[in-house]
Amino acid sequence: MSRQRTLRVWRGDGSSGQFEEYTCDVDEGMVVLDLIHQVQKHHAPDLACRWNCKAGKCGSCSMEINGKPKLSCMTRLSDYEEGAVIQVQPLKTFPIIKDLATDVSWNFRQNERITPFTPPQLPEDGDYRMQQVDVDRVQEFRKCIECFLCQDTCHILRDHEKKEGFVGPRFMIRVAQLEMHPLDTVDRIPATRDEYGSGMCNITRCCTEVCPEHINITDNGIIPMKERVVDRFYDPVTIVLRRVFGWGKRA
Amino acid sequence: MPTDISEIDTITHDVIVLGAGGAGLRAAIECSRQGLDCGVVCKSLLGKAHTVMAEGGAAAALGNADKRDNWKFHFRDTMRGAKFLNQWRMAELHAKEAPDRIRELEAWGAVFDRTKEGLINQRNFGGHRYPRLAHVGDRTGLELIRTLQDKGVHSGLSVHMECTALGLLTDGGRVSGLVCYWRETGRFVIFRAKAIIFATGGFGKAWRITSNSWEYTGDGQRMAYDVGAELMDMEFTQFHPTGMVWPPSVAGILVTEGVRGEGGVLRNSEGKRFMFEYIPERFAPETADSEEEAQRWLDGDDSSRRPPELLTRDVVARAIYNEVKEGRGSKHGGAYLNISHRGEAYIKKKLPSMYHQFKELAEVDITKEPMEVGPTFHYAMGGIRVDHDSQMTNVPGLFACGECAAGLHGANRLGGNSLSDLLVFGRRAGLGAKEFIDANPDLPALDEAQANKILDWAKAPLMRESGENPYVLHDELRDAMTAHVGIWRDEEGLAAGIEVIEQMRARVANVKAHGSSQYNPSWSEALDLDSLLLCAEAVARGAKMRQESRGAHSRVDFQGEREEWGKYNIVIKKGDDGQMSIERVDRGEDPPHLAKIARATLEQLEAGDV
Ligand SMILES: Cc1cc2nc3c(=O)[nH]c(=O)nc-3n(C[C@H](O)[C@H](O)[C@H](O)COP(=O)(O)OP(=O)(O)OC[C@H]3O[C@@H](n4cnc5c(N)ncnc54)[C@H](O)[C@@H]3O)c2cc1C
Ligand code: SF4
Ligand code: SF4
Ligand code: FES
Repeated sequence: MSRQRTLRVWRGDGSSGQFEEYTCDVDEGMVVLDLIHQVQKHHAPDLACRWNCKAGKCGSCSMEINGKPKLSCMTRLSDYEEGAVIQVQPLKTFPIIKDLATDVSWNFRQNERITPFTPPQLPEDGDYRMQQVDVDRVQEFRKCIECFLCQDTCHILRDHEKKEGFVGPRFMIRVAQLEMHPLDTVDRIPATRDEYGSGMCNITRCCTEVCPEHINITDNGIIPMKERVVDRFYDPVTIVLRRVFGWGKRA
Repeated sequence: MPTDISEIDTITHDVIVLGAGGAGLRAAIECSRQGLDCGVVCKSLLGKAHTVMAEGGAAAALGNADKRDNWKFHFRDTMRGAKFLNQWRMAELHAKEAPDRIRELEAWGAVFDRTKEGLINQRNFGGHRYPRLAHVGDRTGLELIRTLQDKGVHSGLSVHMECTALGLLTDGGRVSGLVCYWRETGRFVIFRAKAIIFATGGFGKAWRITSNSWEYTGDGQRMAYDVGAELMDMEFTQFHPTGMVWPPSVAGILVTEGVRGEGGVLRNSEGKRFMFEYIPERFAPETADSEEEAQRWLDGDDSSRRPPELLTRDVVARAIYNEVKEGRGSKHGGAYLNISHRGEAYIKKKLPSMYHQFKELAEVDITKEPMEVGPTFHYAMGGIRVDHDSQMTNVPGLFACGECAAGLHGANRLGGNSLSDLLVFGRRAGLGAKEFIDANPDLPALDEAQANKILDWAKAPLMRESGENPYVLHDELRDAMTAHVGIWRDEEGLAAGIEVIEQMRARVANVKAHGSSQYNPSWSEALDLDSLLLCAEAVARGAKMRQESRGAHSRVDFQGEREEWGKYNIVIKKGDDGQMSIERVDRGEDPPHLAKIARATLEQLEAGDV
């Protein structure tokens, strides 16, 4: 690896800005976030950038690296050709605060719209019981580190007009996780269609491709939720049976 | 020039919780449940606090994985791991209440790994007699924080994110508020409250090699100290035996103890399983003495003893350090940790993030080859001194819980005991605040002169014409602490460390943050330096005073535990002259009903004799 690397960084706030280039010394094994820290230390002390764990666990350091939504702490410089400039810019879907930091508060508001987990009464002996096979899928969704890379890449959210109609892939799997939780008692299907906007997703799978936790967002989360919605609302046979026999949501 | 305080936004709550990690969120949820109007303030976004990084699990004697376990064993393990320097009552409460706190998390939506019977599964960890850690693969902290976050969102909390606290305000000795600034705009804000709970975490960022994140600068310890709170056990800083050592840019990142809990084996460059050489006398009766016995234990044989890799962290960290020093280190100066014998499928299921971490950051496939690991600064056992039951400090209305508080872990914390600590004492701090507010229902007054002093200090690095680079100063401090106040300490090195810290103080007073106040990392870096220096100094002075080796504190010049020192905790506070005052505080008599349990043999406990 060459001993120096050039980083092109977007500098600016919500109203204006431009790319600037900085060249720094680098060490073996460095990731893009290390290079940003070098820039802060030697060239641009006030360069804004979020990070916490530097180990791919907290989802703070999301940005677009050479146009791709990625965690900067898990992206190695050696992934890019020697001598090539690496370009970093803030997530496009959310308003820019400054430099690489964006205002992701919209996501926190979506989470608040989701009805909380509601378990049944605790059994007499004080322990809930669930089998591992029944929670494997739920655990897959709970791996989410809220990096919002999937939200950034989803074309529905990128198109700001439609944003209010769809909670986005991150929160679709949050709902799916609750829906598939063996203990949850809430009927989440109507809200999935009416409030969270499951119908808007057209299964492009872009979200799944960028997820650093390798969660199969579309096939394991969104598609099964769409199927449950269809089952409930568009299948007259199910609807009649449900009326007659009072079937529960997992009937 | 004094700022007109009336122009600064003021937000009032019954109680302010500073910190949104496990301890802060659990405390805040309790406050809300008690009917208090609660505001949570944190430096980062919600869900990103240090707790999210915790991997291995949360210790609680649920008795799911081994029926024999109960609170007495957990209590005994905690006391012994801490070398009997922790607070008896806190260790008792922790061991007794942890199971309920874990079950409660499940009722709030956490999904732990399961046993065959469908109960919460538990894994083995260093120093724990039985498999005791409730876990979710190797991402238990994420599960914990997300569960509390989702619960909190619907508990009526007001969360003030990316808001950094600068200093505490008091009114007649009682805490009255916090001066903070919003990261996004750089604007100041004052929070007023009847009680304040600190849950601000540790201070590992004063060391070069550390598993800690940028938030770990010891702000809570510094702010509390400034208003007269006592710090205790600061000399006990835990070096986790297994941090990554290669490549250099990731050195220090944690490799969970879960790897050893799942059967990981440590070897030196000669291929020798060296931990058998380092078994302390106190643990010899409970530790395997051959590779065959260790293997039988791993295969589930109840009558075999635990492998020496699962000795407490202080022991394993010193052993690795020693192997390297004596020339038997791995290629890049660590030890080899191998788990590949457990097979690819098992490793990917039980240790998925370790698999990814090594694959992506070091190009090592842990299902096929060993990892290189070495000690990394990990955890602060010491911190703000609190009352055992209520978590209140000696400053009325100020509470502390989680890693920023002291008392539960003494000279050495057992793995998994932090996550359970956050839940048990987070809740207790909430109850303590409620009790305090019931007795003191008035909102204390706001002292403008105090607020102005904090604001002047905070603005100075931005206003200065020129000065030193805060990033460079921070780097220097980290190198000095790793060199002088590391895993092995001696009189000379500690004195040198204290000197460096003192010299730095003058330089920090002249540090310059370039740019505006808006989302400016160099400004926060500049302000963090004061907190880092305070904690660094307290650790160094405490370490110099404690002339013995106990738990995580190892003195080359005073090897071995000294009975005399087992009677004292070291307490640090701001003296009347503004200088750091340090004293030994007598621990008093051991409470007989608890000492009986802690000092019992395993056979006595297992037979139910105690
Ligand atoms: C990699 C790693 C793995 C670990 N694994 C385990 C494990 O398996 N089991 C276990 O028991 N323990 C583990 N630990 C230890 C454990 O995770 C921590 O001790 C624990 O999470 C600390 O929690 P806390 O709530 O006290 O603080 P934190 O979670 O660190 O939260 C601190 C909060 O305070 C806020 N804060 C701090 N200063 C300020 C300020 N000035 N203004 C505003 N807000 C502020 C921060 O923003 C943050 O929200 C691990 C630690 C690490 C680093
Ligand atoms: S699959 Fe659906 S949610 Fe995912 S990116 Fe495409 S449209 Fe968005
Ligand atoms: S689902 Fe994946 S990409 Fe989306 S926020 Fe969670 S971790 Fe990130
Ligand atoms: S810094 Fe935590 S994921 Fe990158």
